[in-house]
Order: sequence, then structure tokens, then C-alpha cells
Amino acid sequence: MKKQLIGLGIACLTASTALTAGVASAQEVKKGGTAIIHMISEQRILNPALRASTGVYNISGKIVEPLIDKSYDGYVPVLATEWSGSDDGLTITVKLRENVRWHDGEDFTCDDVSFTAIEMWKKLLNYSSALQANLESVDCPDPHTAVFNYSKPMPLDLFVAAMPDLGHPMPKHLYEGTDIPNNPYNTAPVGTGPFKFVEYERGQYVMAEKNEDYWREGYPYLDRIVWRFIKDKSAAAAALEAGEVHESGFIGVSMADVVRLSEDDRFDVGTQGYENNVAHSTVEFNHRNPILADLKVRQAIYHGLDIDYAIDTIMRGFAAPGRGPVPQAGGANYTDDVKTYAYDVELAKKMLDEAGYPVKDDGFRFKLRHRPAPWGEYTQLWGEYFAQAMKEINIDVEILTNDAPGFLNGVYRDHDFDTANGWHQFRSDPAVSTTVWLRSGQPEGTPWTNQFGWKSEEMDQMIDDAASELDPEKRAEMYHAIQRKEMEEIPVIFAIEHPFISVTSKKLKNHHNTPRWNSSSWYDLWLDE
Amino acid sequence: MLIYALRRLLQAIPVIILIMIGTFLLLKLTPGDTVDALVGDMGGADADFIARMRAEYGLDQPVWVQLWRYMVKLATFDMGQSFVYEQPVATVLMDRLGTTLLLMATSLSLAFSIGITLGAFAARRAYSLTDNLISTLGLVFYATPSFFLSLMMMLLFSVKLGWLPVGGIKTIAGFYTGWDHVVDVARHLIMPTAALSLIYLSFYLRLMRSSVIQVADQDFVRTARAKGAGETRLMVHHIMRNALLPAVTLFGLQFSTLLGGSVVVETIFTLPGLGQLAYQSVIQRDMNTLMGIIFLCSIIVILVNFLTDLLYARLDSRIELS
Repeated sequence: MKKQLIGLGIACLTASTALTAGVASAQEVKKGGTAIIHMISEQRILNPALRASTGVYNISGKIVEPLIDKSYDGYVPVLATEWSGSDDGLTITVKLRENVRWHDGEDFTCDDVSFTAIEMWKKLLNYSSALQANLESVDCPDPHTAVFNYSKPMPLDLFVAAMPDLGHPMPKHLYEGTDIPNNPYNTAPVGTGPFKFVEYERGQYVMAEKNEDYWREGYPYLDRIVWRFIKDKSAAAAALEAGEVHESGFIGVSMADVVRLSEDDRFDVGTQGYENNVAHSTVEFNHRNPILADLKVRQAIYHGLDIDYAIDTIMRGFAAPGRGPVPQAGGANYTDDVKTYAYDVELAKKMLDEAGYPVKDDGFRFKLRHRPAPWGEYTQLWGEYFAQAMKEINIDVEILTNDAPGFLNGVYRDHDFDTANGWHQFRSDPAVSTTVWLRSGQPEGTPWTNQFGWKSEEMDQMIDDAASELDPEKRAEMYHAIQRKEMEEIPVIFAIEHPFISVTSKKLKNHHNTPRWNSSSWYDLWLDE
Repeated sequence: MLIYALRRLLQAIPVIILIMIGTFLLLKLTPGDTVDALVGDMGGADADFIARMRAEYGLDQPVWVQLWRYMVKLATFDMGQSFVYEQPVATVLMDRLGTTLLLMATSLSLAFSIGITLGAFAARRAYSLTDNLISTLGLVFYATPSFFLSLMMMLLFSVKLGWLPVGGIKTIAGFYTGWDHVVDVARHLIMPTAALSLIYLSFYLRLMRSSVIQVADQDFVRTARAKGAGETRLMVHHIMRNALLPAVTLFGLQFSTLLGGSVVVETIFTLPGLGQLAYQSVIQRDMNTLMGIIFLCSIIVILVNFLTDLLYARLDSRIELS
């Protein structure tokens, strides 16, 4: 009754070995050395089965491995070797890798997967608890087979797409019977990965060392990885130039430095390796404001934004215009066959006149209170550009500056805003964290969800149908329809999509060779020093 | 004397309690809490997760209950658990205290000794080329923002010349021990200490210069000179001792803020000190840590004030402790 058998272990493993061999033959691999990586912010815990966050994966990804990872050739087996779903979508069977040991020497078995899935992925992990809401149990017919039982159909490709981020098993023998959120291993993780956790000096660094007992024979190449916390972006750029840091990811230096260092032949600068970490710069509307509830006004605002100008000046060309809630990285679920809104100031003005908002004596049509998100340089400048562009079409925008907690409360809980500009992060599949931006009935105060007072029963139905569709082709079509409808009604403007940017020293080899490289295990990374 | 000390101690307790209650309420007025900050860092979470985190940190209770719980714990000197570091606040603070003390004590004493020397020197040659040079230099350091000075030093000494490490307190994965470790830490502290002391130095320099010029005009200096005292003796015994008083007062004042560290310099040089910790705690809304820092600082300030009063009485016998 097995319908699909994707990602046969052997085939993919051969492919990835061939790829590595190709690079290796060009230059002799050197073993040993310490890679030093820049991190902007401190992490509270390092357990990826309790916190779905790229900041956590950046470190924990080397120590704790997921069942499935994503490569440029698709999904590849890590702790799982093969996976399949039943026709009714109610069970998913995952074969587990044998002869894998945790860093403390215990065997990795189905018990660990079953325990983590029920106790952490379903109950505690953000995004995952919604995804796994219908997970009833995980059976272990033998130590290396895990059977996931669902009460409602679970599309196999949604399950697989979620696994690289939301599918990290943790050792049952260290967590069972403990207070899981306060377990000391949350800050000193024990995994199966190529590197073992050594120490976490708060405010300074995290260190991990080579796992001699790693299941991929002959790996890893590096002796050690150190993540250094440097809050100041200029200081981080200086550290890169002085050779004290080898890589800074997630736009860890200022855009001016990104441009400067991209002209320096000691560094590789670019967006490769972030295909899976694409974000949108958005404009969010408060539909409780009757002016913004008017579709014509929202369309006029879209026409008033020169997206290409913003991409060139703010993102320095490292971005593309948004086409609704799914970015190009969404693969089959993405379409560019949608309604678009070209930059046209005169048209925007005309539409606002028609909507019944003529220019008044003070030179403005109406006033908007705007909250810019404080998520770094992009969003701050994008917020300022928004205010500037609105002035062109005679809309007065007052910017209310706030820090992260202030922004989240102001927009998503207190709804104390007219417009806001923020950040929508795409997580492999639209069902994981994207459709919550459009679906009504989101619990009050949940950040990054539809807190905009926008409700469309038709859209709600489309979202629910797509989430439980098992046929990948039909599912993709349904998401195209959602994307098209969103671009027609624009409850939110998903204005610009941009991957992150890394600055990497050329001494690092085999870097950014997967679409979620900063979160991946770096077993094949080496240092030419 | 003992009774006086005891009375001051008793007076200090309500002051500290008032400070703690006041800051607690003030912090509660800022929008958002540590869970919002966490969720902001994570790039999103669902409602259940957020509610669970709030309950775990006790943030789902009314403010008065939170305040009461905190104060009861504090009475037993338990400062609670840091939300961000997942460690007891006392441990977090002690980890940071050493770095800050080392940085601030070196910078402050360097600034004090060099500052007063240069100031006195400039004053003795008032309005000459030397004085103008020193005063201008002092003015430049006084006017330079510390972040700019720090970054420029970093650019010159680390990026261009490669002499000194960019930041941090030690070479990570260097695994130095013994004297090598001491030298390593010292090398890491050169730039932050220089950046901080150059700024403090200008305070002392300017204060000392004006103070010496003022004292040099006084009658007792003229008398000493008439009695045949040499210039050096005049300077050291008669002018400096009297001109030092305002500088000492400033030193005492700055000593109280010593524990606060320097947010800017610590952040740029990524030194794990209390200043950086305080800044991070505000951004992350880490209430317990922030309250712990304020608690520690208020105790120090009260202590230093008490010691200063004792010192005054010792220096000037006209002042009585009562």
C-alpha cells in the first residue's frame, strides 16, 4: 500500500558523495582547524526540538541532526533513510539509520524519535505543535522503523518539507521523566551530529569539537567550530577583515560593509545557501481603519511604491519583487501568474481621488500611524522609504519607532497602528507559517499571523482545503489560487522577497553548498589554512 | 562611630527597597516582556507556545503578585533566574563582575593619574604652546564619541596593522594557561582600556588645569614663594594638594558608577561585562537580571557614599559624624 518512496537513501548519498568528490579533486582537502563564525545575538537554549529558530539551528545544526535535510537536489536522508506515506494519508513510515550513536555513546533508535515527536514536536515546539496537532502516536515495530499515526490526513510532502527544521530527534534517555523545558541538556545539547558540544560561555561564544564516532566515515574535517557573539555590526566587519572570524551569516554586517567586502577578494559574498531562508519585507494594514479597509486605497498604496528603487537602494540588488505570500523558493507552490501593481504615482493619486480621499488644505489626503519593525537595516530603511513614498501620493505617515517587544505588542496584540512594515519568513511550505497571515480566527496577540482584522470566508476555505490535500500537483494549484487571490485583495503587501546574505572568508571550503547551509551540519566543511 | 555606621545601615534598607520597587514598576511600564523579545528573536511562534513561556516565567500573574514574589525572594538574597541565560542571576552577575572591575579600575586609575599630571603641567605653563596643545588634545578626546574612538582604534590597530585582537576577553580556542593567559587577556584589554581612559582623562585634565590655575593665585602660594620655596616644592606641596580636592571628588563620583561599566565600549569590543549585560537585559526585557544589576549597583553606591562621608570627616576635622 506504499504509494510513494521518495529519496532512496543510496541514490541520494551517492549523488552527494559525487558532488563532494568533485570539489575535493580540485583541491586537496585539509583536515583540522577551527572555524570561527559570527553570531549577532545570544541564544537562550540550543535545543532545536523546543525552539524552531534559525538562530538556534545555526549552532545546534552541527550537534543535533534532523531526520531529513534539504540539498540542492531535493530532500536527502540524514537520520532517516527512507520514508513513505499511506494512500489515506493517515500514516507515514520512516526508516531510521542504523549504527548511529548519541554523543554519550547510547544507540539512536525509534524510541528517541517516538518520544521526541510526542513530547516535544507535538506539545512544545513552535510551529510544529500546529503542524503535528493531529499526530496520535508514533509506533516502533522495530528499533529502526518509526510509524507516525495521524487522525487526519497528513500530506507526505508537507511532512518531508517540515522535517529539516521541525524534525530533530533528541535523546530519550536524557529527557524522559524530566521537566523538559528546564532540562539542563537544552543549553548543552547531546546529538548525533558531526560535532560535540563543548561549552557555552554566555555573552562570548559557543564551542563544539569533532565527533570521532560520527556515522559518516571520515567526516567531519574540522577539529572545532566556535560561534562568537558580536553585537556591533561594525566590530563584526572589523573581525572579518582582521581574519578573526571566518563567516558572518544572516546579514551580520551593515549593508555598506556587505557591498565593500564583496569587492574584497578575500571574501565570498552572496545569497547562496539561503534559498530555504527567504523572507518578505511587508506592508501590513490595519483593516479596522475604514480608509484601509477600502481595497482601492490599498491598491493605490501598492501603485505608489517603487519596488525596484527599494531593491536597488536598500537591499543593494540582493532581492526580487514579491508576488504574494509564496516566494520563488516555494518551488512548485509558487507562481508568478498573479495580478501586479506597477509603480505609477499619477494612477495612485487618481485612485485615491476616486476612492473619496481628495487632497485637503494641508496638502495631505489622510494620516497614517506607521510602525516599522526593528529587524535590522532592511526593515528600518524599508519603513522610512514607505513613509517617503506615501508623501508623494499625499498621504501623511507618522513613524512610531519601537523596539522588538514594543513592535510585536503594538501591531499584533494591541492593534495600535494603521500600517506597519515587517518581515514574513517563509518556512519551506506555505502550510507551516505562511497561510496564518491570511487565515482569519488567529488567536489574539500571536505575532506573525493575521491580526489585521481582515476576514474572507472564501480565503479561509481555500487555506483549509489546501492544507489537507494529499496530491502534490493539486496542492500546488491550490496554493497558486491562494497567491492570486491575495494579490487581488492585498490584505498584506508582500512587497519584496530577499534571501539573507553571508560574508565568508575564502579560507572556508565547501561553504554554502546547501539551500539551508547555515542551519546544516557542515560535516564536509574544511579550512584552507 | 559604630552607632553612626549602624544608623546609616538601617537607613539604607528602606532606600534599597524603594529603589527596587520603583524600578520594578518602571520596567513593567515598558511595552512588551521577555517572551515578546524571545519570539522576536525566533522569528515567530504560535499562541500556545507564547502562553506556555509566559506561565513558565511567571509573567501571566498580575504585576502586584510578581512584585511580591520578587521582593520575598530578594529578602533572602535570591535574585532569581535569568530568562535569557537560563542561569541564576547571581551566577550571571559574578561571571561579568571581574571583567568590568578590571576594565573600569585600570581605565579610571590611568585616566586619573595621567589626567592630573597633564592638567597640572598645562596649568603651570598656562597659555603657552604646551598648554594649548594639551588643552586642545583634551578637548578632542572630550568631544569624541567613545564608539567612534573605539572603531577607529580597531580599524588602525587590528585591521590595518594587525597588532591587537578585535574584541573579546581572550583568544577563543587558544587554550592558554598561566602567564600566557594573562598576557592574552592583557592584549585584549589594551584597546578598550585606552578608549575608555582617553575619555575619562579629559575630565581630569580640564578640571585639574583650572583648579591649579585658581590655587596658584592664592595668598598662601605667594607667601610660600616669598619664603623661598622652589618651584617643584611649591607645586607638589602647596598647589597640587589643594588643587586635587575637586579631582578627588570626581573620582569618588565616578567610582560609584564603576560597576555599571561602559555600555558602548563593552558592546563594541564584545567584552562580557556588566554594562553590556545591562544593555542586553533591557533589549531582551530580562527583568530578573536587570533588577539584579540595579540591586548590586544601589548597594555599591550606598556603600561608597558612606565611605566618602567617613573620609571627609577624616580629612577635615571640622566635619562631625552625627
